Amino acid sequence: MSEREVQISCVGCSLGYEGETVVSDINFEVRAGDYLCILGENGSGKSTLVKALLGLKSPNTGEIRRGGGVGAGEIGYLPQQTVVQRDFPASVREIVQSGCLGKTGLRPFYNAAEKALAAKNMERLGITDLAKRCYRELSGGQQQRVLLARALCAADKILLLDEPVTGLDPKAQLDLYELISKLNKNGITIIMVSHDINAAMMFSSHILHIGGQKQLFFGSKDDYMNSPVGRSFILSEGGEIDG
Amino acid sequence: MVELIEKLQKYFTLPFVQYAMIVGLLIALCSSLLGVTLVLKRFSFIGDGLSHVAFGAMAVAIVAGITNQMLIIMPVTVASAILLLRTGQNTKIKGDAAVAMISVGALALGYMLINIFSKSANVAGDVCSTLFGSTSILTLTKLEVQLCIALAAVVVVLFVLFYNKLFAVTFDESFSKATGVKSDIYNLLIAIVTAVIIVLAMNLVGSLLISALIIFPALSAMRVFKSFLSVIICSAVISVVCAAVGLMVSILMSTPVGATIVSADIAVFFIFWIISLFKRG
Repeated sequence: MSEREVQISCVGCSLGYEGETVVSDINFEVRAGDYLCILGENGSGKSTLVKALLGLKSPNTGEIRRGGGVGAGEIGYLPQQTVVQRDFPASVREIVQSGCLGKTGLRPFYNAAEKALAAKNMERLGITDLAKRCYRELSGGQQQRVLLARALCAADKILLLDEPVTGLDPKAQLDLYELISKLNKNGITIIMVSHDINAAMMFSSHILHIGGQKQLFFGSKDDYMNSPVGRSFILSEGGEIDG
Repeated sequence: MVELIEKLQKYFTLPFVQYAMIVGLLIALCSSLLGVTLVLKRFSFIGDGLSHVAFGAMAVAIVAGITNQMLIIMPVTVASAILLLRTGQNTKIKGDAAVAMISVGALALGYMLINIFSKSANVAGDVCSTLFGSTSILTLTKLEVQLCIALAAVVVVLFVLFYNKLFAVTFDESFSKATGVKSDIYNLLIAIVTAVIIVLAMNLVGSLLISALIIFPALSAMRVFKSFLSVIICSAVISVVCAAVGLMVSILMSTPVGATIVSADIAVFFIFWIISLFKRG
């Protein structure tokens, strides 16, 4: 385990807006190939932490270090869906290709390598046949695959998923979780923000639990299941201890 | 029919009609390009708001007796655009309220200023022509036409060069930011270009009808087309065709220029709406 590179480490971070601290004392690290699930209630500071991990916001105190070939713009991000996107006239290919934008710099158009990368990632997520379809006509699960393909175009080492299954039906949720798990087994580090304790127990390797403005737990999933905070959270959320 | 065509041919030999046509088509093209982005970003009303600001600025320029009104109108409108599009997040007054506030505020103050200080005998007529488009589209000078061509060229070139970035910023701002796209700069660019187009378009359709030029072609195209590129192209074509038809009709039938163009846009919107119903059914 110690051989794997540390890609992100958060050291004594406190995060907030304009001097007001939302969450403090965050300490964790993510190594290549980890599947980290960030748990916590609404308003516990999860989305602030997401912004900090993406480098859109610097911590008030403490430090977020990136290593292992992961630069500031090299985290593939799957944001929560916005209202704007739901009726957006764009083809699947246009959206997946837009994931390559970070690589184009000042060049106005995509080059052949970027188009090929987009095609490869569509193939990888099984959406090649949807390439010409309109995004707004797809099912929720298909839309998430499109956005995942886009995220993979932006970064192929680490993905940050913000509540990826929100609004999907149970079958589509399971499909998406399995797809993410498959990507993880192929060596992509996953950081997932989630409410879903059952999925966290089933798929993740590590848990970061924040609540009450501080970090309640960080460690492996197995340790979490045996910790007091883990046990009480699992029970209160109706999950099963033996996952 | 032959008679009408001959009449049109006669009109088109006149330089002021040619100027009006060139400027009208260019403004229609530019506003439709930007319109798609503005509609999708939920900023449909920005055109309306900014045009009222431009009206207020124009009132100030009239009262101050400044001959080149552009010097006042352009900077004020650009500044307001930046202010409005930047206040998207983390502000006490939300986006739509900010637009409404600035828009009606500028309208009221502008009208008030003109009413109190204007030396013109026909205040109501002046205000009306500013709001609904004056005949000034038919009295353009060569310099104004050249200025318009230059600005339109800049808008089109910027749009083509930044097309992919604009798409990404419109579709998903948080993702773009996360991948290192400087979305703030592109939002600023959108704001500035919007303001420039609106000031240009005031001559054509007047401040009350500018929104129509921005939103109708985009909405029509979005009914039927499914990719961003096809929506943009279709929207540009609709807008240019409607402007051309509107201008010709208004010359032949002596109807108000702005209202005629907007009527053509509305007609196309309904046609596309019906097409979309058939496509779905």
